[in-house]
Amino acid sequence: MSTPAPSLAKASEAERAARKPLIELENIQKYYGDYHALRGITATIRQGEFFSLLGPSGCGKTTLLRTIAGFEEVSSGILKIDGRSMDGVPANRRPTNMVFQSYAIFPHLSVEQNVGFGLRRDPRSAAEKDRAVQEALEMVGLKGYGKRAAHALSGGQRQRVALARALILKPKVLLLDEPLSALDKKMREQMQVELIKLQRQVGITFILVTHDQEEALVMSDRIAVMFEGQIAQLDDPETLYRLPKSRQVADFIGTMNFLPATIAAQTADGFDVDVAGLGRCHIGARQSPGAVTGEVSVGFRPETLTLLYEGQQATDRESPGVIEEVVYYGDMTYYDVKLDGVAVPVRLSMRNVFGRPVLDRGTRTRVAWSPGALVLFR
Amino acid sequence: MSGGRLFKTYAVAYLLFLYAPIILLPIFAFNDGTIIAFPLQGFTTKWFEAMVSTPTLHTAVKNSLIIAVSSAVLATCLGIFTARAATRYNFPGKGGIAGLVMLPLVLPEIIVAVSLFGVLLGLGIPLTIWTVILGHVLICTPYAVAILNSAFQSLDRSLEEAAYDLGETRWSTFRLIILPLVAPGIVSSLLISFTISLDEFIIAFFLAGTEPTLPVYIFSQFRFPQSVPVIMALGTILVLLSIVLLTVAEYFRRRGIAKSGGKDTGGFL
Repeated sequence: MSTPAPSLAKASEAERAARKPLIELENIQKYYGDYHALRGITATIRQGEFFSLLGPSGCGKTTLLRTIAGFEEVSSGILKIDGRSMDGVPANRRPTNMVFQSYAIFPHLSVEQNVGFGLRRDPRSAAEKDRAVQEALEMVGLKGYGKRAAHALSGGQRQRVALARALILKPKVLLLDEPLSALDKKMREQMQVELIKLQRQVGITFILVTHDQEEALVMSDRIAVMFEGQIAQLDDPETLYRLPKSRQVADFIGTMNFLPATIAAQTADGFDVDVAGLGRCHIGARQSPGAVTGEVSVGFRPETLTLLYEGQQATDRESPGVIEEVVYYGDMTYYDVKLDGVAVPVRLSMRNVFGRPVLDRGTRTRVAWSPGALVLFR
Repeated sequence: MSGGRLFKTYAVAYLLFLYAPIILLPIFAFNDGTIIAFPLQGFTTKWFEAMVSTPTLHTAVKNSLIIAVSSAVLATCLGIFTARAATRYNFPGKGGIAGLVMLPLVLPEIIVAVSLFGVLLGLGIPLTIWTVILGHVLICTPYAVAILNSAFQSLDRSLEEAAYDLGETRWSTFRLIILPLVAPGIVSSLLISFTISLDEFIIAFFLAGTEPTLPVYIFSQFRFPQSVPVIMALGTILVLLSIVLLTVAEYFRRRGIAKSGGKDTGGFL
C-alpha cells in the first residue's frame, strides 16, 4: 500500500484541537544578567504541529528556541516536553533536534558521515545504520550525494543535509532556527513547500523561528508573534492576519492601514465608530479584540478596499478620494489613495485583471469598502 | 635610474643580505681548511665525519631534542586550554590573565632567564634539562596561544552545539569535532614551539647547568678555531632540517584548509 501524497492544506481546526499537547511552556523567564530576554512565556505546542515563532530580531524568539533545545537554561518557569519536565535535562538528552541557521555542517566529514553522526551511539549494525542514512538522504532529495565532501555543497544542499541529520534521530520536535534566511528568494520559496511536505510526511512537530511574516503565514499551523520577550498573539495564520490583537502585531504582519476613529456608542454586539474619511460605521465585537474606549484607530488590509471604475457601484459603502501614488507589480497594482478629509493616504491593492486599466496618479476616484473588514485597535 | 630599477636593486640586495650567509654554510662545510675565507681549499667531508666522532655534540643534540619536543608538547597543551578558554568563556579578570599569558613575548629574555635562575637557585632546585624545559614552555606558550586562538576563533560555535544536540557529550564533541578542525593549528603550534625551543640560547645558557643544549654547545665551540668548520657542517644539517620541517608544516596547513573548505589566508610559504 502506498502512502497518499502529503497535502499542503493546513490542518483543520477540529484536527488541530484533537492533537495532544507536546510542549508545555509555563511562565518561562530568562535573564542574561540584567537583561530580561523572556518575560513570562506561556504556550502549548501540540503534537504534529508546524509552529512558528515570529518576531523582529531581538524579540527573544531564538532564545526561546534554544531554551527548548536545552542550549539555554530557563531562569524560572516550567518547560515540559511530552509531559516530562526538562529541568536539568541537557541538550544531548532531550528529544529535540535542531537545524541551525548556519546549518553547522561538519566541514571535515562527508555528507554521509554528517547525516549519520547522531547514530554513533545507536546499537544497530553498521549496515542498518547505513540504510537509515541512505533513506534520510533520499527523503531530503540528496540521493547519491552521500560520498561528497560536505564543504563542497551549495547552500540549499547544506540545508538538506542539516535536515536529514536532525530527522534521522526521529526526534519528537524538530527545531529550525531561521533555516531559510541564507537562501535566495526562489530557493527559499521552493524550500518552504518542501519543508511543509516533509513535515506532513514525517509527522514530527516542527518549531520554526523566523522574522519573515510571509514565511510564517505560508508554513505554519499556528504562529506565536513575539515582541520584547513576550508572546503578543498566538493564533492560526488566518486569524492572525485578519484579526490582529494589537497595532503592533497588525503592523508586523503584512500591510495594514490605520485611520483615527472615535467610539460613538457601545452596542449589544460591538461598537458604533466615527472613522476619519469613512464616516460612522458599526464594528462587531469579534473585530475589536482588545478593550477599547474613546480615541481609537481602525485598521484594514489593502485588499479589502476596491477602486471603483466609472459606472461601478459599491456593494456596501464607498468613499471619494484622489490617487496619490501608483506602484505596479505585474500581477497586482498598489494605489495610495488620499480619502477626502484624511491626511494620511490609505493603501489598496487591485489584481490586474485582463481588460482593467491601471489608473494614473492624480485621478479622482471612489473607494469601495465594507465595515466587516475593519478591525478596531486601542 | 628609475624608481622601478631602484626598488628592484633594493629587493635583490635585501635578499642577498638575508640569504647569502646561509649559502656560505654548506660551502665552508665542504671546504678543506679551518679558516673561513676564500679562496676555497678543496672538497672534503671530514667535518661531517668529525661530527659523528664528537660525543659532546651528540649529548647536546639529544638534550636539545628532548627539551624542544617536551616544550612543544607542553606549550601546545597549555595553548589549547588557554585558547579554548579565551574564545569560549567569559570570566572576571579574563583580559588581565590573557595579558599575563602573552607577556613573555615582549619581556627581554635575559630578564626572564636571570630571574628564573635566581628563583631556582633560591629554591635549591638543581639545574637540569627540566629547568630548561620550564623556561622554554614559558616563552613558547604565548606563540602557541596566538596560533591556537586564531584556530579556535574561526570555529563556528554552532558546530559544537550541533554535535552536542545530536547526542554527543562535551568531551566527545571536543574529540570528534573541535580537535580535527583545529588540528592544523595544533601542528603549527607544535612546530613553531619546537623551532623556538631548539634555537633558544639565553635561557638555555642560564638554566642548563652541566647539560648544554645545541646552541650553547655551538657557542662554546667558537672559542676553538679548528671546530668552526664542524659548526658549519652542523649548521648545514640544521638548515636542511628546517626546510623539511617548514615544508611539512605548510603541507599540513594547506591540507587542513582544503579539508574544511576554508579560504587560504596566508601561511609560511
